[in-house]
Amino acid sequence: MTPIIEVTDLKKHYPVRKGLLRRQVGTVFAVDGVSFSINEGETLGLVGESGCGKSTVARTVLRLIEPSGGSIMLDGRDINALSRSEMRPVRREMQIIFQDPFSSLNPRMRAGAIVGEVLEVHGLTRGQETKARVAELFQQVGLRPAQMANFPHQFSGGQRQRICIARALALNPKLIVCDEPVSALDVSIQAQVINLMMDLQRDKKLSYLFITHDLAVVEHISHRVAVMYLGRIVEYADKRTLFTNPLHPYTEALLSAVPVPNPRLKRTKRILQGDVPSPMRPPSGCPFHTRCPYVMERCKVDVPRLQKIAPGHLVSCHKHEA
Amino acid sequence: MAGESYTAELNKAGANISGFFGEAGFLARQYPLGAIGAVILTLFVFAAIFADFITRFDPLSTNAAMSLAKPGGEHILGADFMGRDVYSRLVYGARISLAVSLTATAIGSVLGVAIGLTAGYLGGWVDLLTQRVTDIMQALPLLVLALVMSASLGPSLQTTIIAISIPLVPYSARVIRSNTLALREMAMVEAAKAVGMSEWRIAIRHVLPNTIAPLIVLATAQLGSTILTEASLSFLGLGVPEPYPSWGRMLSESAAEYIRTAPWLVIFPGVVISLVVFGTNLLGDALRDILDPRQRG
Repeated sequence: MTPIIEVTDLKKHYPVRKGLLRRQVGTVFAVDGVSFSINEGETLGLVGESGCGKSTVARTVLRLIEPSGGSIMLDGRDINALSRSEMRPVRREMQIIFQDPFSSLNPRMRAGAIVGEVLEVHGLTRGQETKARVAELFQQVGLRPAQMANFPHQFSGGQRQRICIARALALNPKLIVCDEPVSALDVSIQAQVINLMMDLQRDKKLSYLFITHDLAVVEHISHRVAVMYLGRIVEYADKRTLFTNPLHPYTEALLSAVPVPNPRLKRTKRILQGDVPSPMRPPSGCPFHTRCPYVMERCKVDVPRLQKIAPGHLVSCHKHEA
Repeated sequence: MAGESYTAELNKAGANISGFFGEAGFLARQYPLGAIGAVILTLFVFAAIFADFITRFDPLSTNAAMSLAKPGGEHILGADFMGRDVYSRLVYGARISLAVSLTATAIGSVLGVAIGLTAGYLGGWVDLLTQRVTDIMQALPLLVLALVMSASLGPSLQTTIIAISIPLVPYSARVIRSNTLALREMAMVEAAKAVGMSEWRIAIRHVLPNTIAPLIVLATAQLGSTILTEASLSFLGLGVPEPYPSWGRMLSESAAEYIRTAPWLVIFPGVVISLVVFGTNLLGDALRDILDPRQRG
């Protein structure tokens, strides 16, 4: 099976400029060599704490931010090499859903117009045809077609996220990048929205790049999971392997921080010490060595490579190197 | 598939209030103050258009016998030093004063929007350049700038309008720019980019409509001040040339000399100017709410 999207060695570096002459005084390594691939109908969960570069990955994959390096193969075509106008038709293949459903909808447009505009910009439908198609999309995401006449402020957070989903679906994309689509919603609504997204995936063979910091959500929706730390992927495995047999010490710490709804269960918690280092001055060697409980001398010097430990299980840690 | 059912539901939801009068009546009930403002302004506009039919005297004809005639009698609102009918001059003055203030504000706002939107949305050197020019313009008082401009262009109706409108540009440009800067970073702009919309479309359809509310407030405030700027310019001989009546000049010419002896020469133009400014403020307030869907519930 060829993947829908294959990202290789994606980089996004921001120059830091200071002073009158705008001299470059440093670089923020927001994303530093991220590789992954997603197959048709598959969900890749991308997890990591705030500031690790998850959202930058989402935006560079869609070329909303220009990548500093790497390749993004969409259906066997490197879209990183395309010009702005060449990108336009490609944008039909991939869409995005944002975290904040309040700022992602134009408050002055009716919900139906927000979704319909997408169709008309790409010249897919016109006039009454657009209305009918939007009505259909509204039903698919569990909204009433009559709600097309309402303005965004008349919807709840969950409903707004449904409008965003309808807008993303309008162009029949193959890939939808979901940038924390449920973290702004109530837990009960989260489940509804996630189940809707899973139903749509099954019906339309959609692929998701699902970005979140909520491991419970990842466990529910993903097929495979990539764990990010400081702009790099540190562990990459299918969901079951990752949740039952985490190998990277950072993944271990993340998993032990997930609350378990059983107060009697005694667990060994690994609470990480210290803060995430600055992506402007990443630590030498392994970026995680400043907080790692198993740190060795070697970790401070050598950068570990992402290596295959078992089929479909990649880890970047000296402890697990053969 | 859902063809009929959703249009039926749409109508039930009241989204399709049809016809201009249906909509206007609905809005008037929702915003009575705004309706009052609209009525005041409409009255003045009608007076300006139909001035020939609602006045008995030529606003320019002088009559020494009627010099400083009191209100009442033949001249309803009295006559000025040269015996010209104050009422006629006010009605005909509406033409000039409204034309000057409405066009000047409109020109100022349109230019300001164009500059502010481009500067805020594009950023970079475009922003830097326009902002520094704006700084320079704002460093000079409005009236001084208008004075310099009309003095160099020579007095006429057109130059008065230009002289008054250009100094207004920096204010609306600033307001629009600051709003655009904030809106540009919102997810809705990113979503539009992800869909592949052109920068033009994003700026016009998604950013601009969300910057309108503060602009309307500003424009209504400017409408009043343009009448006064025009008055000052005319008083200094740089605005609308004599003998054409302008409210501002009627007020400023008579204020010093006749406030004690013939107060009607001061009071009536003052009342008219205040009414127009008041009316535009009421209407502007309502418009701001009407144009913001969040306020409509």
